[in-house]
Amino acid sequence: MSLELLGISVLWIFLFGYVIVASIDFGAGFFNAYSLLTGKQHILSKVIKRYLSPVWEITNVFLVFFFVGIVGFFPQTAFYYGTVLLVPMSISLILIAIRGSYYAFEAYGTKKGHKGYALAYGLTGLFIPASLSIVFSISEGGFVNIIESQPILDYGALFTSPLAWSIVMLSIVAVLYISAVFLTWYAKKANDEKASNLMRKYALIWAFPLIISSLGIIIELKSYPNEHFAAMTNLWWMFAISGVLFLATVWLIWARTGYGLAVMLLVLQFAIAFFVYGISHYPYLLYPYLTVYDSFTNKAMAISLVVAFIAGLCLLLPSLYLVLKLFLFNKDYVRGNQDYHV
Amino acid sequence: MINESSVFWSRMLTELTLSFHIIYATIGVGIPLMIMIAQYVGYKKKDEHYILLARRWARGFVITVAVGVVTGTAIGLQLSLLWPNFMELAGQVIALPLFMETFAFFFEAIFLGIYLYTWDRFKKHKHHMLLLVPVAIGASMSAVFITIVNAFMNAPQGFDVINGELVNIQPILAMFNPAMPTKVAHVLVTAYMTSAFVLASIAAFNLLKGSNHIYHKKALFMLMKLGLIFAIAAAVIGDFSGKYLAEYQPEKLAAAEWHFETEDGASLILFGVLDDEEVKYAIEIPYALSILAHNNPAAEVIGLDQYAVENVPPLYIHYLFDIMVMIGMFMFALAGIFVLGKWRNWKFISSKWFKWGIVAGGPLSIIAIEAGWWLAEVGRQPWILYGYMRTEEGATASSHVDVMLLLFAGVYIILAIGSIVVLIRMFKRNPIEREIEDRHFQDGEHV
Repeated sequence: MSLELLGISVLWIFLFGYVIVASIDFGAGFFNAYSLLTGKQHILSKVIKRYLSPVWEITNVFLVFFFVGIVGFFPQTAFYYGTVLLVPMSISLILIAIRGSYYAFEAYGTKKGHKGYALAYGLTGLFIPASLSIVFSISEGGFVNIIESQPILDYGALFTSPLAWSIVMLSIVAVLYISAVFLTWYAKKANDEKASNLMRKYALIWAFPLIISSLGIIIELKSYPNEHFAAMTNLWWMFAISGVLFLATVWLIWARTGYGLAVMLLVLQFAIAFFVYGISHYPYLLYPYLTVYDSFTNKAMAISLVVAFIAGLCLLLPSLYLVLKLFLFNKDYVRGNQDYHV
Repeated sequence: MINESSVFWSRMLTELTLSFHIIYATIGVGIPLMIMIAQYVGYKKKDEHYILLARRWARGFVITVAVGVVTGTAIGLQLSLLWPNFMELAGQVIALPLFMETFAFFFEAIFLGIYLYTWDRFKKHKHHMLLLVPVAIGASMSAVFITIVNAFMNAPQGFDVINGELVNIQPILAMFNPAMPTKVAHVLVTAYMTSAFVLASIAAFNLLKGSNHIYHKKALFMLMKLGLIFAIAAAVIGDFSGKYLAEYQPEKLAAAEWHFETEDGASLILFGVLDDEEVKYAIEIPYALSILAHNNPAAEVIGLDQYAVENVPPLYIHYLFDIMVMIGMFMFALAGIFVLGKWRNWKFISSKWFKWGIVAGGPLSIIAIEAGWWLAEVGRQPWILYGYMRTEEGATASSHVDVMLLLFAGVYIILAIGSIVVLIRMFKRNPIEREIEDRHFQDGEHV
């Protein structure tokens, strides 16, 4: 495997990690706020809080890891994407700042919880994926012009692009669906039938728009002037597998059997779709200006980054395993039998 | 193509974000160590007051960590958004420590989460205490790695430029640049020192406000001892930093000291105001600058006359230098007198005015941190990468930076108010007296 391919694969895996854990987090915030508006908060908020509390900080690190890593492995991305993304990324950052801090303020500052905070928390959960997903639209090409050797973002083209809006739609719907499926399982594990049933309902509701918005993107990409769609059709069978996994997940949720298996299939479904999307986009990072090859860092840096990465993983994997063991897979903790909070 | 206004606003936004972030970041580096020490002392002495100290600090720490994390994420991305040309270059040479920093941060985040949510869960207290080791190491190591990146900007090495192309890149050599040892050491000890004095300031405030609990007294004594040790270390390393500057960045030292003409046996200037290259109302300490720079009263110190005007940093950094050093000396004296007074049973250290001095120490230490960073950063103007890239060459070409500045300023105000309100409320609603009572009510044996 070439170093370029290794670098982008590693980053893509971490981005996928962020997509999953952040989706659970963002969606949970939204469902929490929604339950507050509909007077069902007593059902959901305990379960959500118990899951989110120990991991909210870790979620954020996945994102930091991705954007630091991409500048390390592909320094030219800093030049192209850095210049172009000032406004959309600043907005994401502001939303992340509001969300991340309010979580701590809310969880530790007040006993009962503040309604305004909870709503802000829920809404940012939908705006963050929307603003972050703009990067995917931009990477398809057509929104960046090079003027006087500086890349400039064409906002008009971006805001009127049906592709960009479909991607935003998909990101929001996917967040809600992923989160709902996960929380259905988590609430069930916590022996909280009420919360589990409510989340099950949400999961089934959001499954339908997920199909629509996925199909919408395929249609939009088909008429888009780059090679992405052609590359995707070559891998149609992978998308088909992803689709089958999706149907299986929905069936498991529908039939109320095997929520744990449903979560696994869900992750697998999104992993396949995410990686097939990435593979068919290869080798472009920003069509048509930037490929994985011409933006790759020098060899000495690449090797030292890979060594640092392997050493880092040796620290991280056992630590993450410990977190899962202590919180996600610990019956007493999940069921809230004892409060061990500092 | 250089967009003048983008350069200006990018500098403003970076300064704003960093100035805000370092308050929370400094505390974030130092407090885990304090929590670890308190919990260890409590465990060794079997004194539940110290354990409670660790527990209450940890609770407050979560709030500051949250703000530190989100502002840290902001500056991490802003580097690429505001300085894309610089980051493209830095990505090729200095990405390694940047990357390692995220691992340190990851490591800390994981174990902090575990520590916070497993209180009383382990059968042995020692196991829970040991979770603090990776937290403290992770916190300090992220400071180490990110400071290495900053040191590289001051003393770039580990690459050659041939015909405008970067060649012979050596990432390890870039990390271990000449600025790195003094920078990293100074950042670490001042972070520990500031955290100790901030916590001491809170303990002194509680004592002043009528809570005469032994808990606060124990906290105060322990923190002042720790603060004293780190203040001494900070002064020693500060001296090394002066020698480093004299050797590698003489114009920064000269600007900070208003040392205009190269001369032997240079004197150190304290305070004063500058009026058209004329220093007024200053205290001059003969030979002190030569001693600071070269450990030799007769040594020659390079002055600003050796530099072209466009390469001289702004001269107001002298005031920052004064502020930093004066606060450092004041805190050293305050902690020294307090610790000595405890041994010798001096009465006045428990007087009200002395306690007010300690209360002032927390905010003062933070001001010193800010002044020190402004000195270090403004002092390397006009360079973003010393000797290689001027600041305006690194900045973004994008407009809209001014609007972003306003938006971020709004967010930081909200975060500042929010964190302060939540912290005050958290401790006011649950003062130590009540917490100890509640604990005893629940069970008598352990905290």
